[in-house]
Amino acid sequence: MTASATIHSDTTRQQADAWQHQTSLRRLYTVLGVGLLLAAMIASMWFADEANAGHFFERLPHILDFLSWLIPKDWNDVWRALFDFASPSDKGTQEFNFPLGRVYVWGGFYIPEYFELMLTTVNVALVSTFIGFVFAVPFSFIAARNLTPHPALRLVVKRFMELLRAFPEIVIAGLFAAIVSTGPIAAIIAIGLHSIGALGKLFYEVNENIDMRAEEGLRAVGANWFERVRFADLPQVLPNFMSYTLLRIEINVRASTIIGAVGGGGIGEELKLSISGGFGAKTLALVLLLFTTIFLIDQFSAWLRRKLVGEQAFLMGAA
Amino acid sequence: MTMTVDEIRAIEERFPQVFRRPLYKRFWPLFLVAGTILYLIYALWFFSLPQVMRESHWERLPLFLSQWISYDLQPEFRLDQPEIAPKYPRFSALGEHPNPDWVIRNSDGSFTVQIDGEAKSVTFDKTRATIVANGQAVPVSLTSGKPVVEGPVPDWITVHDDEVVARMGFVGEVRVTVDRVKIRKRFLGWANFVFDTRSPFFGKSAREVFSLIVSGPELRPGTSNLALAADNIWNNSQWQHGDVWTKLLQTIVMAFLGTLLGGIVAFPLAFFAARNITPSGLLSQVLKRFFDFMRSVDMLIWALFFTRAFGPGPLAGSAAIFFTEIGTLGKTYSEALENIDDKPREGVLSTGANGLLVQRYGVLPEVVPIFISQTLYQWESNTRGATIIGAVGAGGIGLKLWEAMRTNSNWANVFYMVLLTLLVVFVFDNISNFLRRRLSRTLHDYNRLEAAQG
Repeated sequence: MTASATIHSDTTRQQADAWQHQTSLRRLYTVLGVGLLLAAMIASMWFADEANAGHFFERLPHILDFLSWLIPKDWNDVWRALFDFASPSDKGTQEFNFPLGRVYVWGGFYIPEYFELMLTTVNVALVSTFIGFVFAVPFSFIAARNLTPHPALRLVVKRFMELLRAFPEIVIAGLFAAIVSTGPIAAIIAIGLHSIGALGKLFYEVNENIDMRAEEGLRAVGANWFERVRFADLPQVLPNFMSYTLLRIEINVRASTIIGAVGGGGIGEELKLSISGGFGAKTLALVLLLFTTIFLIDQFSAWLRRKLVGEQAFLMGAA
Repeated sequence: MTMTVDEIRAIEERFPQVFRRPLYKRFWPLFLVAGTILYLIYALWFFSLPQVMRESHWERLPLFLSQWISYDLQPEFRLDQPEIAPKYPRFSALGEHPNPDWVIRNSDGSFTVQIDGEAKSVTFDKTRATIVANGQAVPVSLTSGKPVVEGPVPDWITVHDDEVVARMGFVGEVRVTVDRVKIRKRFLGWANFVFDTRSPFFGKSAREVFSLIVSGPELRPGTSNLALAADNIWNNSQWQHGDVWTKLLQTIVMAFLGTLLGGIVAFPLAFFAARNITPSGLLSQVLKRFFDFMRSVDMLIWALFFTRAFGPGPLAGSAAIFFTEIGTLGKTYSEALENIDDKPREGVLSTGANGLLVQRYGVLPEVVPIFISQTLYQWESNTRGATIIGAVGAGGIGLKLWEAMRTNSNWANVFYMVLLTLLVVFVFDNISNFLRRRLSRTLHDYNRLEAAQG
């Protein structure tokens, strides 16, 4: 065996050893990480179970009992609850007083209560998304690194939007409930403020990725900031803005349902009352309506977004 | 540069599609704007906004906001008793034996209460009160059966039938009737944040407390001072530090557990739902509709159901997040799987590897960073969301926040909890961002691949 071959095989062995070392180290880290995660998970489960009013294993055999109230005696009651028709089981109790909620529009013509409530919830979502959009667009141009009129202003706007995003919606809703009375207006303010922060962040990230050549062209002919934003930047980003706004509508419909349940009015409040009262037919009607509406809005918005920006909107869309 | 009509015509002939587009294509921005305006007018009517605005109490907003960072003391002086003496409400921030230096008993039996030093104060005995503020001293006579302001009434004083109210801005107000003087003095800060009034450490300076803990005699026999202090802080009756922190931890745990379990369940399902990997197209469709269902049922509905099933608490909240997250993560995972590059998979397949090995070495390396990144993002957003569903009974800080707000009097506690929530969100955002940035190099490669494929 010559000297050079020895050296060669030594290097190879060294490399192989290093590789093996690295792999085993990596495997160790993976095992440690997964172990840590599992430990954290088990500890969390124990903690959540301890703090809960009912315990998991104690309640598990009864988990289907709680569903028993959900099965109505008469399945037709679900439709009756949905469209506010009188039910034969109506004995004056809250459980079957379906016609009571009718919202008369015109003589004998009425909107069923739950459709009216659903409309409130959807309107809250739409108006608050609109508020979010209107404020987020100018903020996003100020907060984008490449377009900002002034770096200090950029920092202020960015921090402000971060605060709006992180501030618990429920606190804003509670604060304004004490000022404008509980109801949808407080919910609109809360969700609207949150939407400004959430949309603003997504928007300025879009702005930071635009093609700057159009902007440079306008700068060369002496356009001011507003003209540059309007004619060079906005046309590039508008489809993406629209797509994110549609996504936000989907999220806000859910948010407005939840805020509704804690006093913001709309379908969330009714659902909470119905579940805590154990009204099977009413709950099923509400869940059916809410589920269908959210599903339809999601599908419609997905279709529109695909038309606006194509498949790429769905890749990391949510992020 | 101006164009002649002929030139425009010539261009129009060459590019007719530019000039003769269908109506809706040419005017859609206009339609969109008009539609939005019409909708807003409708919404104005729907929410009866003008009426709500008329009936709202905007003057409360600065008051509530000032209560976030301040507290007030409200001593009351009865003038119809034989001797005038200050009376404090029960559970006042001053404890059981208040003796503040801003309430001064003068030698002639009258009292002076300094609301903001000498400049804003009130001096009174049984017959008259003198209110000092804004450089004016306003005497109020109390002898004629109702309070009467002597001389001109400045605009910061309101005279009611049986009461004179002097508003002094943020620092407080004075209310004078014939038989009592009520004072509200506002202090910046949070009262008794560390020790409540029942604690033996109450009212002591930090240095005193420190020396007590280090070398003082046992305040409660059998317990070290350190343990006593910790216990007093943890069980502070006004701020409820122990309860707040436990509830905060519950919120964190809910988001963590729900997201992690959701990810664990969604992970295998996503492979069967992805169009390019699933063994059967039908199964893929069924699973995708299942994901849509779990997402569309909404976290709130799950939270309400599980609160009924398990009773209120973090278990219900975790389960709600878990169920929603199966849908969300299942959808995003399967979409990521559908967008993978097929070549590594084909390569592994060509070596004769079985199905499981193909997934492990041909698919996983490509998608794991995306999976982790999306899970982290959901974790982050659920940490925020968990606050809200807590308020319907699903455990965590949400319910506590909501209860503190409902009384409209505990805004400082609300702000304390908000600050803690913001801190948690901030910390978790940064952890998640840090981890995602570490993954982003791999993600970057992935995105470049995507772009190359079109």
